[in-house]
Amino acid sequence: MKLQRNGRSKALAIGAMALVSSLSLAACGSDNNTNTASGGSNGSSAAAAAINCGKAGTLLGAGSTAQAPAIDVWKTNFGSSCSGTTVNYSGGGSGAGVQQFNQGKVAFAGSDFALKPADVDASKAVCTGGKAIDLPMVAGLVSLVYNVEGVDNLVLDGPTAAKVFDSQITKWNDPAIAALNPGAKLPDAEIQTFHRSDDSGTTFNLTSYFAKTSGGAWSAEPSKAWKGKGGQSANGSAGVSAQIKQVKNSIGYAELSYAQTNNLKSAKIATGAAQPVEATAANAANTIASSTVSGTDGDLALSLDYGTKADNAYPIVLVTYEIACDKGNKAETLDTLKSFLTYTISDGAQKSIGDKGYVPMPAAIGDKVKAAVGTLA
Amino acid sequence: MTSSSPAAPRGRERRPRDSRVGDKIFMNLARGAGILLLVIMAAIAGFLAWRSGMALSNNNGNFLTTFEWTPDAPKPVFGIAVLAFGTIVSALIAMVIAVPVAIGIALFISHYAPRRIAQPFAYLVDLLAAVPSIVYGLWGALFLIPHMDGLTSWLNQYLGWTYLFDQTRTGTPRNLFTVGILLAIMILPIITAVSREVFRQVPRMHEEAALALGATRWEMIRTAVLPFGRPGIISASMLGLGRALGETIAVAVVLSANSVLSLHILDAGGGTFAQNIALKFAEAGNNGRDALMASGLVLFVITLLVNGAARLIIARRKEYSGANA
Amino acid sequence: MTTMTTVPEDARPQVGPRLTANRLPRWTPPAVAAGSIAVGCGIGAAAGLQSHLQWGLISALLFLVGGYLISAQVEGRRQAKDRFATSVVWVAFILAVVPLVSLTVYTVQQGIGVVNGNFLSHSMKGVIQSGPGGGIYHALLGTLQQVGLATLIAAPLGLLTAVYLVEYGRGRLAKAVTFFVDVMTGVPSIVAGLFILSLWNLALGFSYSGFSGSLALAILMIPVVVRSTEEMLKLVPNELREASYALGVPKWKTILRIVLPTAIGGITTGVMLAVARITGETAPVMMLVFGADYINSNPFDGPQQSLPMYIWQQYSVVNNDFGYARAWGAALVLIAFVMGLNLIARGIARWRSPKGGH
Repeated sequence: MKLQRNGRSKALAIGAMALVSSLSLAACGSDNNTNTASGGSNGSSAAAAAINCGKAGTLLGAGSTAQAPAIDVWKTNFGSSCSGTTVNYSGGGSGAGVQQFNQGKVAFAGSDFALKPADVDASKAVCTGGKAIDLPMVAGLVSLVYNVEGVDNLVLDGPTAAKVFDSQITKWNDPAIAALNPGAKLPDAEIQTFHRSDDSGTTFNLTSYFAKTSGGAWSAEPSKAWKGKGGQSANGSAGVSAQIKQVKNSIGYAELSYAQTNNLKSAKIATGAAQPVEATAANAANTIASSTVSGTDGDLALSLDYGTKADNAYPIVLVTYEIACDKGNKAETLDTLKSFLTYTISDGAQKSIGDKGYVPMPAAIGDKVKAAVGTLA
Repeated sequence: MTSSSPAAPRGRERRPRDSRVGDKIFMNLARGAGILLLVIMAAIAGFLAWRSGMALSNNNGNFLTTFEWTPDAPKPVFGIAVLAFGTIVSALIAMVIAVPVAIGIALFISHYAPRRIAQPFAYLVDLLAAVPSIVYGLWGALFLIPHMDGLTSWLNQYLGWTYLFDQTRTGTPRNLFTVGILLAIMILPIITAVSREVFRQVPRMHEEAALALGATRWEMIRTAVLPFGRPGIISASMLGLGRALGETIAVAVVLSANSVLSLHILDAGGGTFAQNIALKFAEAGNNGRDALMASGLVLFVITLLVNGAARLIIARRKEYSGANA
Repeated sequence: MTTMTTVPEDARPQVGPRLTANRLPRWTPPAVAAGSIAVGCGIGAAAGLQSHLQWGLISALLFLVGGYLISAQVEGRRQAKDRFATSVVWVAFILAVVPLVSLTVYTVQQGIGVVNGNFLSHSMKGVIQSGPGGGIYHALLGTLQQVGLATLIAAPLGLLTAVYLVEYGRGRLAKAVTFFVDVMTGVPSIVAGLFILSLWNLALGFSYSGFSGSLALAILMIPVVVRSTEEMLKLVPNELREASYALGVPKWKTILRIVLPTAIGGITTGVMLAVARITGETAPVMMLVFGADYINSNPFDGPQQSLPMYIWQQYSVVNNDFGYARAWGAALVLIAFVMGLNLIARGIARWRSPKGGH
């Protein structure tokens, strides 16, 4: 009994300590990070000068995780010059974002895909007198990341890559790969392919590229769910990148930013241009600049040219959209929404995400978006 | 004087007025809580059934036997065969590993360990019940998976003839077997914590009677502790099973999900209900969401069947339990 | 280790049946353990097995079999069985300790570097996530409030339901409640989230808030509370109740003063398990609380952040060294937070529980 009483008072003392410390913690929280945010925010001051803040308030947005890091940079810069406005973006996926938008719970949605007709119809309930439109805002590229010892300059083309990801080519020293990589020391090892286990816009863009360029080797329709045979899967680009890093003789796909932060090598693509094209933002910008607007009636959905053969045009690109009402945005957020989107499509803002693995929107597209944002009502 | 068992709540005899009022209030409060719970649950079940019904009417495949999951395609096809298989297999592996070990640990804490070890260890186990599943997932992906390579190839080499442990494709050990082990580690603290509390409640007299009859410690545990604790162990296991069946993020991070149904549990692949919901939810359209709800409903039913079986076992064994009838 | 001795006057009750029986000396189990570890490692090294996991498994197997055989030779079968059971329990203990300690050590290793005063007291507002800086204060506060509210709803409700089932419940209603509580343990967290979303946010039109998250968390918490409390209440000996009734104490007072305090240790464990489970939930929180990078101290209005959601974002979206560091730091704080709660709850439970017993 004595022993136990000792233990009891000790437990009480520890408990009391924990309680006190948690209470003292509760008293000293701070939103003020100006002293600590040393890195990353350079360039924001330059961009800040041009921001027109609009009405103060809170702006909610939700959707695509692919553009979450871009929005993160923008909302930070926007917030640093417009202290009255809080932009809050929740990256729960494009589908979830569109649903939240159509439920009237967020002012804008981020999406990896252009709206489907059914979604546009549904949006008319929220956009009084108008409908939802797609505004291309964040552009990027999908790189084929690989981890093969001794191979640093892997080159693939559409049919070969499609066959690799569909388990039709299973060895690294397969003649098809060897033909594209003369002189490379390709190992006699099985290819470990990794794809996304979750549905994603990244998969959609990659399979769109396969469907267009593989010459029939990729039989499935482009889709956000993986349809290839064999291979292994991982959750999110983060998961795929982690696997490529861990597993030898592996290949997978991820947005450029994940390839960069995880120090993964990206394959060059032989598109039919004079030289195989490297996966860089500049090369992707060339492809995006030549894409055409396929949306109608104010909608700026793009049709991307995955089959491009131009020099220095990287073919596996992706464009994500912001979705807002063309007319009938909520009165209390309209002003803030317009000023935020005006800022994000500005040249300064687009440039500021360039070093995060994104592609600044080419002027050809950007100008159309700027005009469209100006007419939001 | 008053009723002597909880079975007869309303005593016939006269009691002081205030206590009768108090009794009434308290009983109604308790009953109200039960009814409220019932209403909430019924609402959830109804909600699920309603949404599932909408999805099922759009399904172009057989919901029970189809492997693919494409509810948002122009021609929706989706089925739960792979998911049901993966969920049951991984949970089964988890239970087979976790329940005996958890009982062992609970006995260790309550009856074997020196007090100086038992107390801190009990806290450690509680601490592990507190580890969020996302942390288990990250630990599993970054630490456990690389350490499973050896065990997987060893099992394949020596037990490959069992079919079950035959590894037909090379790849990482991101398979149902590893998921089962991870789930076992996750549910271990839950089963242990509850079983431990139950073992602690074993009447001293039972134990001492057994020992006085000359039983060894193991015989005492087998005759006095385990029969008394059996319903508690089963309940604890059901709580653990609930978590294993419904675990989302950890499985999503660790498993190499695909739509292949294979009894080779060392091959990377497979899927579970909760993991599928987590992976598909973010990009799901309206029908996709409803289809995911339908799969959630199946998880409901599975949980229900298992729990029902457990309740039956408890009821049958009641006479041995030594606790209250 | 084990407490078998040849001295019959030993204070422990577990004395062998015959005083004249052959007994192994006290140092036998440790010696067998040491021997099997040595042999296990030897076999492992000789066979060139890569993973130390297998070395350990072989050693454990040798320990079990060796201990049994030696004891069976010297002490007879009954004693050997007893020793075997003891060994199994010890092996189970060690088997569990390995991953559990590994997990803890791994988290502490990864997380300790980033946890400091600034990390604990600042939000992420104005911090570019792919860079350094920022903290978890907003997430910690959000988790504290959401879990607190959920517990305030679920614990009394669950407790009362369990009391109803054990002390009053007979007939159809009780059966129905039991049935639905069982079903409830299988609610995937996302389904609970969607249900609240449809009911609270869409049908009733409330906006994102910490409270709507708590509602979903409460749904997840209730079955765990009911099930564990029910089990603990059933274990309270009827003699206690009967003694109380015999003294003329009304039933409700008996429950409040006798039954619940007797079971308070187990009930606390159950509630803490439930709290631990919901504290780590990501999906419903993301759906209902929305997430924020700034401090919102009002759980009833506007988006909040929570720790598990914060961890998930830092891991999957930020996905660089800064993100990983913050994720592990937050994980460490989350575990410490739940552990602190656990200690407090246990302290209270011990303080309130009747003396005596074990």
